[in-house]
Amino acid sequence: MSEHLSYEESIKKVYKGLGLLAVVTLVEVFISLLGKGYVPGFKWVENYQVALGIVAIGLIVLSIYKAYFIIYEFMHMRYEVKGLAVSVLLPTVLLIWAIIAFFQEGNAWKDRRQQIEEKNKEEVESAPLEGAIPADTYRLDNLS
Amino acid sequence: MANTDTVLEHDVHGEQGSDWSGGTAPFKTSYGKLMMWYFLLSDAFTFAGFLIAYGALRFSSATWPVPDFVFSTAPFGIHDAPLIFVTIMSFLLIISSVTMVRAVQEGHRENQNGALFWLVLTILGGLGFLSCQAWEWTNLIATEHMSVTTNPFGTHTAAGVYLNEDGSESDEVFDAGDSYLMHKAGGGHGEGEEHGDDHAGEHDYSQGDHAGYFVDDRNFIHRKFKVTEGPDAGQVQTESFGPKAFGALFFFITGFHGFHVFSGVVFLIIIAINVASGIYVQRKNGYEMVEKIGLYWHFVDLVWVFVFLVFYLL
Repeated sequence: MSEHLSYEESIKKVYKGLGLLAVVTLVEVFISLLGKGYVPGFKWVENYQVALGIVAIGLIVLSIYKAYFIIYEFMHMRYEVKGLAVSVLLPTVLLIWAIIAFFQEGNAWKDRRQQIEEKNKEEVESAPLEGAIPADTYRLDNLS
Repeated sequence: MANTDTVLEHDVHGEQGSDWSGGTAPFKTSYGKLMMWYFLLSDAFTFAGFLIAYGALRFSSATWPVPDFVFSTAPFGIHDAPLIFVTIMSFLLIISSVTMVRAVQEGHRENQNGALFWLVLTILGGLGFLSCQAWEWTNLIATEHMSVTTNPFGTHTAAGVYLNEDGSESDEVFDAGDSYLMHKAGGGHGEGEEHGDDHAGEHDYSQGDHAGYFVDDRNFIHRKFKVTEGPDAGQVQTESFGPKAFGALFFFITGFHGFHVFSGVVFLIIIAINVASGIYVQRKNGYEMVEKIGLYWHFVDLVWVFVFLVFYLL
């Protein structure tokens, strides 16, 4: 608990936090709908794919900010010893690699699926080749 | 704890190795709170595993249902309201997190009635969230016929135009990337979907191939459409199911989170009863149990931030 704050101050801080989280959530929903073309005018922007990428990064950054706020203010991580914060938060850094590796893997699955689909669509020429060796040339039962 | 006093008597900072002689709490926090933090860390890894699996499978699919099309209904017959209902659910969790902080503060002041009051509000917030989720699941399962193995939400990969019942082109056009929901013949129709409502009931939805649609052996109506763009332009195609993984991931991940909320509500009720009984007044560590359940409850809110991000926003 925040020892350096008075009771009234800490209550005020809590309700400020509520307002902050609510505003950030509303901004997130607005940005998401903007990216999906619900807000008029956005879908005809140049480089729509790039715009979608920026929207996605913006949403992720805002979500991480919300997570930071919940951990540091509501869960009082700010007032804990530094060693506790490090021992809880540092292991989550491992997840960065997990995200990169598995998303790479997911893309590879998609490429492989497309490759198989294209191979399935390919048509093999069925006309007999000129001058080819007759099919029964090497058949053992012809020897007897 | 009998020899705690003697250990604390000599200067712990001056002597080497005194940290090993006991009596001091690591990280200056209680055993229970520290272990709650580590439990939450392990739980975070479980959720991260689920969410990363969602990301990998979504990346591996050529198409993915657009969330604001899938989640555009709300109770009382509201439709075409993308993400509004889940935003309300998010607000419920955020508000219950704030009331939890207030309960912890009142616990610190040893204010029994205050702590109880805010705990009860937190429980109500949790129950409200669970009710919303129950409605959302009921709508998806009973009305829209999504299941762990079936995903009737598909996405068009090229622009085209739907066919009428008799096989002629209708004026219903769509773009690449637009999502659709396949309805079930004879079953309830999805509330507020963009198409399908106009031809309910009076038509022959017997199984098999029809001019404008195909009814499969589970009575799902696959509407036919003519592609107007890309390499397949001019072809008549039928709607197909969306990626199977969507239904499975949705029900497992939101179900796992909902189970956390449910068990959180159960623990909150137990602790509210303990607060009301006055048991924490006599305890040496006071209302620390309220703090521990508070950590858990905030974590549930924290996880929802990311479930909300990957399932509904992105």
